[in-house]
Amino acid sequence: MEEIKLIVDGKRLDGRAFDELRPIKIEAGVLNRADGSCYLEMGGNKVVAAVYGPREVHPKHLEDPSKAIIRYRYSMAPFSVEERKRPGPDRRSIEISKVSREALEPVIMKELFPRSAIDIFVEVLQADAGSRTACLNAASVALIDAGIPMRGMVTSVAVAKVEGILVLDPMKEEDNYGEADIPFAFLIRNGKIESITLLQMDGRVTKEELKTALEMAKRGAMQIYQLQREAILKKYIKEEEVME
Amino acid sequence: MEVSRKIVLPGDLLSTNPKTAGPNTYVEGNRVYARVLGLLDKTETTVRVIPLKGRYVPSVGDTVIGIVKEVTANGWIVDILSPYVAFLPILENPNMRPNKKPNEVLDIGDAIIAKVMNIDPKMRVTLTMKDKLCRPIRVGRIVVINPTRVPRVIGKKGSMIKLLKSELDVQIIVGQNGLIWINGDRRKVSIAEEAIYIIEQEAHTEGLTDRIAEFVKKRKIEMGLAKPEEVKGEREGKIENQGGEVVPEIPEERLKGDGNGGDKADS
Repeated sequence: MEEIKLIVDGKRLDGRAFDELRPIKIEAGVLNRADGSCYLEMGGNKVVAAVYGPREVHPKHLEDPSKAIIRYRYSMAPFSVEERKRPGPDRRSIEISKVSREALEPVIMKELFPRSAIDIFVEVLQADAGSRTACLNAASVALIDAGIPMRGMVTSVAVAKVEGILVLDPMKEEDNYGEADIPFAFLIRNGKIESITLLQMDGRVTKEELKTALEMAKRGAMQIYQLQREAILKKYIKEEEVME
Repeated sequence: MEVSRKIVLPGDLLSTNPKTAGPNTYVEGNRVYARVLGLLDKTETTVRVIPLKGRYVPSVGDTVIGIVKEVTANGWIVDILSPYVAFLPILENPNMRPNKKPNEVLDIGDAIIAKVMNIDPKMRVTLTMKDKLCRPIRVGRIVVINPTRVPRVIGKKGSMIKLLKSELDVQIIVGQNGLIWINGDRRKVSIAEEAIYIIEQEAHTEGLTDRIAEFVKKRKIEMGLAKPEEVKGEREGKIENQGGEVVPEIPEERLKGDGNGGDKADS
C-alpha cells in the first residue's frame, strides 16, 4: 500500500499542532426520557449518552445488596462507519464497554444505592478515531446531569504515536496508520487530576514516550474538563435567560 | 432573575473544614467536596448541596404517593418512583376488613397516599396507611415532578403550598417522591398543575413564590375565576369574538357565572 505522509511541515493532516485537540461540542440534557443525557462531538465523532437510574435491577439475580451495579453499553450504529457495521454487540464493543465501565466505577458512589442499577448507554452515531474517549466524556456529563453522586468528573483523551512523534487526540488516519494509540481517562476533582481510571495501549512506545504521552493527555484532559463543566452549567444558565 | 446560589458539580471543593460537611457532600483528606450537581448552601456551621436532579430515595416518615403494582396474599407492592419498590402490609391498611380480599380493597393501578414506616438495611421499604393523611386516591389529579424540586413546591415553612391552596381553594398533598395529588374544581386544578410545572422548571431561582402568586392571579382572571363581576362583561364579549379554541372551556364557566349574575339580575 502507498505510504501516507501523516505529518507535513510540523503540522498534522488537518493542520493541528501536535498537542492540539479536535473541535469539541458538548450539550447536556438532550433526551427527555432519560434521567441524564449528553450529546458530544469530538472531531468526527458524534455520540449520544443516556443515563437511567438508579433503578431496580432486572434481571434480579444481578443485584448487589451492598451497592449499586453499573452497566455500561458502548454501541456503534450500523451507519457510524463507512462499511456498514453489523448491529449489536461484538467482541470490540463488549471490551470497550467493560473497560469504560471500570473507568467510571471508582468515581460513582455506588454504595449509596444498594440493590439498584445505574444504566449508561452510549451510542456512536458517527465514528472517527477515539470513539471510546468521546463516549466516556459524554457518559460522564450524562451521569452528572442525572444527578448521580460522584467523586468527580471523568475526562478521557487519547495520545497516538505517528511517524515517531506523539500527537494528542488522534484522528482516523493517525489512528489507522500510526505506530501506537494510547487512550487515557482521568478522574478530575476540583480542577485537579487525581488519578488515572483507564489506560490502554495499542502498539508500542518507550517508557519515556509513555511519560510524555501522559503529560500531553493531562493537558488535553484539562481542556475537555472545562468544556464538560460549561456544558452542564449552560443548561441552568440558559434557563435563566429564557425566563428573563 | 439571579441564581441565588452558586451551582456546583461533583468533585468541587466546598470547604476545608470536615466538621461542616452536610448532605450531598463527602469528605476525603480533610476536605469537603460536592458529590452531586446542585446549588451550594454554605453557612458558617454547615455546607450542603441542594441537588438539582436525581431519583427519590425513601426515608422513614416521608409521605409518598404510589401506584399499586401487585396484590399479594399479605399486602400490596407499591411503585413509588424510586429505585426501590415499597410494600404495604395488610395490617397497615385501615380500610382492610377481615371479610375482604386484598384486591377488593386496593387493586393493581390504584393510587394511594401512604407513609414510609420502615426501611431495612437491605432497602426493603415498608409503607403504612395508618395516618389521617393517608388514603386511597379515587378523585383528583396526580402531577409528577422531579423529587428534588419537591422542597420548592412546599416552600419555606409551606409558604408555596399555602399560597396555592388558599388562592385556588384546592386540596393538595405533596408526596416526597415527586407525585403531587390535587383535588378540587377542575379548572383550578389545572391552574395548580401549571403552577407546579413552573415551580419545577424554575426551582433554582429566587423570588419564585411571588412570581407564582402573580401567575395564579393572572390565570384565574384568564379563566374567569377571579373578579367575576368586573371581568364578566368583557369576557363574554371576548368569547363571541374569539370563537374557536376557548369555547369548549368557557360555556361551563358561563353557566356558573350566570348562576351568580342571574341571581343579581332577578333581585
